[in-house]
Amino acid sequence: MTAKPEMNAADIAKAVAGGQLSALAATEAALARIKQHDGILNSFTDVTAERARAKARAIDADIASAKQVGPLAGVPFAVKNLFDVAGLPTRAGSKINRDLAPAKRDATLIERMEAAGAVLVGALNMGEYAYDFTGENIHDGPSRNPHDTTRMSGGSSGGSGSAVGGALVPIALGSDTNGSIRVPSSFCGIFGLKPTYGRLSRARSFPFVASLDHLGPFARCVADLALAYDVMQGPDADDGACTTRGVEQVTPLLGQPISGLRVAIAGGHFQKNVFPEAVEAVSRVAKALGATQVVDIPEASRARAAAYVITTTEGASLHLDRLRQRPNDFDPAVRDRLIAGAMVPAALVDRAQKFRRWYRAQLAEIFASVDVLIAPATPCTAPKLGQVNFNLDGVELPVRANIGIHTQPISFIGLPVVAVPVPLEPLPIGVQIIAAPWREDIALRVAHALEKMGVVAAPAPRGL
Amino acid sequence: MAEPLDDYIDAVSKALALPVEEAFRPAVRANLEVSLRLARLVDEFTLPDETEPAPIFTA
Repeated sequence: MTAKPEMNAADIAKAVAGGQLSALAATEAALARIKQHDGILNSFTDVTAERARAKARAIDADIASAKQVGPLAGVPFAVKNLFDVAGLPTRAGSKINRDLAPAKRDATLIERMEAAGAVLVGALNMGEYAYDFTGENIHDGPSRNPHDTTRMSGGSSGGSGSAVGGALVPIALGSDTNGSIRVPSSFCGIFGLKPTYGRLSRARSFPFVASLDHLGPFARCVADLALAYDVMQGPDADDGACTTRGVEQVTPLLGQPISGLRVAIAGGHFQKNVFPEAVEAVSRVAKALGATQVVDIPEASRARAAAYVITTTEGASLHLDRLRQRPNDFDPAVRDRLIAGAMVPAALVDRAQKFRRWYRAQLAEIFASVDVLIAPATPCTAPKLGQVNFNLDGVELPVRANIGIHTQPISFIGLPVVAVPVPLEPLPIGVQIIAAPWREDIALRVAHALEKMGVVAAPAPRGL
Repeated sequence: MAEPLDDYIDAVSKALALPVEEAFRPAVRANLEVSLRLARLVDEFTLPDETEPAPIFTA
């Protein structure tokens, strides 16, 4: 048996565990596909081929000696290059970090994926220091959209979106501070999970905004997303924000009926500044779920503003020494935003954090009577690379500033979200399935039901 | 001609020991205008005095 690009992670793991496919063959197939297509996609910044082959051989040896293997045995995966990978400097999309000593130990989430049998094949391109929604990188070049390589992958986990959307690997990991998992999922037409804030360990990943940073998986189907999520859960003393809750497995729950769930459409802010494609995508999902109730989320625009303020100031604090010492080694667009962030008065930042508490209480009230909210993941399908403005209802709006307007008010209070791909023509677009804190199971069950209904799916890459 | 935020940028740059090269200034100013506009949007929203910032760290 050979590994085909359309094989999802669960199929690969089953075939490997059953002896029909070797982990080495699955790994070689991914490496060959990377070699064939990544010249165009530019999703990888490092391919860890020898490490991957050694890991795959070890899995095959375990199987040959009848040892138990994990649920991701032989599944190739890759990580955004802000994850520590032993032996590589953690560049986090920057030029400056390339001078760091190579990481001595893998990030916790890589260790957990590999403990489940997955095989790391490389590190992925990203926007500099994760302060980005486009997937463009001034140092490494842009990661490209697998459905139209003249278009953005979305960012900042651009390489993650591009690699999974292009079927180079079935699973990738990324980070989401304001939308950086959900935006590339939307543009590249794949599934992405931004879990509850604190759910998955961020240990040994390069930070951006401590109070907003989340890590999570991308996949081409919900079962794979849940598999990866399940094996990565659990407390971790190395991340001070990581929950002490135990593992809450979702995979066994995916097939549960969703008929009892109360689903509503996010109104107000989430229905403004959207292109017809985003309206159509939300409408298809709402119809499939029988959702007609529209819930206005109070002050969502202000929540987006507060997230912006916290991001720019905490980001500035993180990078202050680098801004002082090596300003010309930054992407100028990132540098100038961060310098400005350092200049925002502290009293205004404190007010943004207080507003966050107030806003969280409003959402808690909404989730007392609703189980799921649906909202656009992005206002549009993937813009052209380098595109500066888009025209909406005759008004010119800046692309970069508006890509994340529907994701920011959600991650601001750490709610779990599954971004699901609606396969519109000519380009896919994502919808956010949002649940109450710690209810990833609900968001994933709804995503799974939509997938079974054929409403959402990761389209085959059309640009390769 | 000096822009309204230039004096502020100079003062904070000095206070933070964060040099702002002249070439950076227009973009820094434009970004600061956006940051302050959005911060004011939050600032305008009245909250009770007892409101605590959102919790981040739990020991």
